[in-house]
Amino acid sequence: MNGIALAGAGWGGQGLLAALLIQAGQMALVLLAAPLLVGIVRKAKARLQRRRGASVLQPYRDLRRLLGKEVVLAENASWLFRTAPYAIFAATWVAAALVPTFATGLIFSWTGDLIVITALLGGARFALALAGMDIGTSFGGLGASREVMIASLAEPAMLMLVFCVAIVAGSTQLSSVAAYMLTQPVGLRVSLALALVALCIVAVAENGRVPVDNPATHLELTMVHEAMVLEYSGRHLAMIELASALKLLLFASLIGCLFFPFGLAHAGSAWTGYLLAIGLWCGKLLVMAGLLGTLELSIAKMRVFRVPNFLGAAFMFGLLGVLLLFVSRGM
Amino acid sequence: MALIGPAFGSFALLAALGVVLGRHAAGRWLVYGGSLLACLLLLATGIGALDAPPETLVLPVGLPWTGAHLRLDPLSGAFLALIGIGGAGASLFAVGYGRDEHAPQRVLPFYPAFLAGMTLVVLADDAFSFLFAWELMSLASWALVMADHRPDATARAGYVYLLMATFSGMTLLLAFGLLAGTGGGYAFAQMRAAQPAPFIAGLAFALALIGTGAKAGLVPLQVWLPLAHPAAPSHVSALMSGVMTKVAIYGFLRIVLDLLGAAAWWQAVVVLALGGITAVFGVLQAVMERDLKRLLACSTIENVGIVFVAIGLAMAFRANGIAGGAALALTAALFHCLNHTLFKSLLFQVSGAVLVATGTRDLERLGGLIHRLPVTAIAALVGCAAIAALPPLNGFASEWLIFQAVLLRPDLPQWGLKLMLPVDGALLALAAALAAACFVRAYGIVFLGRPRSEAAAVAQEVDPVSRAAMLIFAALCALAGLFPGVVIDALAPVVQPFAGGRMPVQLGEDWLTVVPVDAARGTYNGLLVGVFILGSAALAAAAVHRLGSRAVRRGPAWDCGFPDPRPITQYGGDSFAQPLRRVFGSVVFQTQEQVDMPRPGEMRAAAIVKSIRDPVWDLLYVPLGGFVARLSDRMNGLQFLTIRRYLGFVFAMLIVLLLALTVTQ
Repeated sequence: MNGIALAGAGWGGQGLLAALLIQAGQMALVLLAAPLLVGIVRKAKARLQRRRGASVLQPYRDLRRLLGKEVVLAENASWLFRTAPYAIFAATWVAAALVPTFATGLIFSWTGDLIVITALLGGARFALALAGMDIGTSFGGLGASREVMIASLAEPAMLMLVFCVAIVAGSTQLSSVAAYMLTQPVGLRVSLALALVALCIVAVAENGRVPVDNPATHLELTMVHEAMVLEYSGRHLAMIELASALKLLLFASLIGCLFFPFGLAHAGSAWTGYLLAIGLWCGKLLVMAGLLGTLELSIAKMRVFRVPNFLGAAFMFGLLGVLLLFVSRGM
Repeated sequence: MALIGPAFGSFALLAALGVVLGRHAAGRWLVYGGSLLACLLLLATGIGALDAPPETLVLPVGLPWTGAHLRLDPLSGAFLALIGIGGAGASLFAVGYGRDEHAPQRVLPFYPAFLAGMTLVVLADDAFSFLFAWELMSLASWALVMADHRPDATARAGYVYLLMATFSGMTLLLAFGLLAGTGGGYAFAQMRAAQPAPFIAGLAFALALIGTGAKAGLVPLQVWLPLAHPAAPSHVSALMSGVMTKVAIYGFLRIVLDLLGAAAWWQAVVVLALGGITAVFGVLQAVMERDLKRLLACSTIENVGIVFVAIGLAMAFRANGIAGGAALALTAALFHCLNHTLFKSLLFQVSGAVLVATGTRDLERLGGLIHRLPVTAIAALVGCAAIAALPPLNGFASEWLIFQAVLLRPDLPQWGLKLMLPVDGALLALAAALAAACFVRAYGIVFLGRPRSEAAAVAQEVDPVSRAAMLIFAALCALAGLFPGVVIDALAPVVQPFAGGRMPVQLGEDWLTVVPVDAARGTYNGLLVGVFILGSAALAAAAVHRLGSRAVRRGPAWDCGFPDPRPITQYGGDSFAQPLRRVFGSVVFQTQEQVDMPRPGEMRAAAIVKSIRDPVWDLLYVPLGGFVARLSDRMNGLQFLTIRRYLGFVFAMLIVLLLALTVTQ
């Protein structure tokens, strides 16, 4: 039994072409939908503040504007600074393509599992932190230094919750996990609840949202992500903005497919099933965007040295969940 | 086995040549070139032995009634190949790098001897040859550490290293003594056949763990490693970190998996606990270190910890009769050994190149080298990404296998293992994330930013041979990451006798996917991940350049409108590590920072004074040293007794021994 045979088993008569189309469609869809999600979160925040806010399409306009502008490079920028945006975007996009958004059993899902997705995001961060240090400004170093501090706790926390769901489902393969959650009577489990809390904390930290970081500010000493990309402009900045939008979408889809997998289409569904699944996915994203907006408005940003406690809690939740599962698989 | 003779012959010849021609340039070419060829021979022999039946050889030297037994089985073959790769890389690099050595006559004779010692360790098939080779390896490497003997730090490093090496040799001697039993069967074949009592086996296991762990750098026996490895010339550091620690791991595997036979599960718990602590402790030290070579040495400690965790997993599965799991974990351990040899050799070569180019290894005096050393910078980037376990490079492939092994069986029956496995998984995850932070820092401070000293600003790229060596190793890191299946399949015959099974055949999988147990549990395809990343990056770049603007303008850095031209204003090694030091260091290392602010009117500069305490040193070695000193003070009086008293002592000892004999018999 090999990977392709397994992934392709459900495809039956539909053939390779349909499978490839679904995969390509999913990759295109996440790319197209990512800025919209950012726009919706911004809109939700604006409405909650009783502002009208910018159109939900504003992120697209921003990207187009950035793409049309010339790049201003600092004098001592190296080749690493110029290639990093594409590497960051590519790693994030590949990671996002591995997450089942509306359908499981994607043809390339066996290329990498949840651990690979975590590591790909780690790779994007590695490149971003290096790019932040390339010019040799104080802000770039500050952002990079804080980013690796946050990542040094967020990444293990992420891995622990990956372990949690992997032990429950008996697989680290995201498609298998989603299929297991969908078909087996998983029920309410303490360990999965802990994993969900941990994933939400990690998602907030990884995407640099309030209370860990504030994506809306630019000149504040507590900033992390914005400090690293301070020297970027033009198309490079567009790539990085798009990558961070993709990352937000990735985490939202991940929460959706791990913990709320209802309505996911699977290999061999009819086309109506796919349409329904896409609709449900959009609904899940809307709900999560609303929740994120509400969360960001209801708490204040924390001091940077409070963040380790916040993420340490996620790490401990994950570890506790895994320990419970080792003690008894029914927990 | 046929190639072993020539290899040893050439090592002996080269050592002699090193003595004679130590001061000549020709000596460098001959010794390093010859070592390179001999190492390639070892590599070929090792790879050839991977799936061949064991070969033995008895030489009429050594103990009179035993002789010197040599044996080449798949496990020896795997580590022989590792010595071959690491040795060849170090020798190639040294052909160019050796030009800048201050005292080549202090390095050249010992370098081949060191290689010969390591080779003999993995071939030895009796306790005497093993210990002889072990001590040869230790002493030759000690001589190499002392090559640049003038700095005080080197003298201290040499002293601590010698102490630890002696200690390691003594514990192994005792372990072999226990294994040989009262019959005195010092050949490994006799030890394998013997069935020691559980208590004796447990004691021998503990002694072997201490003896080999001291050489490999297991906490709390790792204190010599960050001192000794950096003190040696860089190509020797590469050998010590990349290869000698692996030889120590070989010693552990040989004694515990092969000679002792079936292990009890509590032994796995001990190995898992020590491995996990070592991994996190090593990387925490590395992330705060400001000397580039010490940073690499600390990261070696981390990787040794990771390998020991994998070995511990293999022991746990073997104790429970889970062949597939044991095979997975042991393959992962050996694969990580190979990977660590590749990237740590590469990174020590890079540190050598940086040292040659700038004359310093202090992070606070480096920076901006990506402009001055473009080739070294590319190789270093690959090495840093590989050691930070980023896909699709090799470090990730082996760590992914170890994670799969952790997740494989949450239903082990023993409570010790049930609690230890998740904790080890968490420690490994923490170590992996911290390693990424550590190497972002190392690469960012050394190669990116603006130069922090005049020396870094005018650095020149190193010679072509050294560059070639670094590029070859960078390519090997990428290849091992893209085609992990090849390595896994090659390791299958090594793992088979100890695990009682093997991992599924990988090369039959479509698209070279890695399948650790079965496809439903999780798969990874390094090649496709690499292709996808490259493809989408190229696609994005092409699309952006086609659709968007292509204009580029150079200007001064923005830096929020207040760029400061002085390089001191950028983040340095210490400032970069400050958040991590504050989060993790305050618990483990009791780090403290005090701002020394001059009072108004004082002319001196403000400063931050930081202190880091090493808990292992404080809690273990300082009390131990104090105890030894007090004891020797007491015993000093015994030197000045009359002959009557001495005879009295001898007589009393005789009576005690006779009594002991009557009681035990």
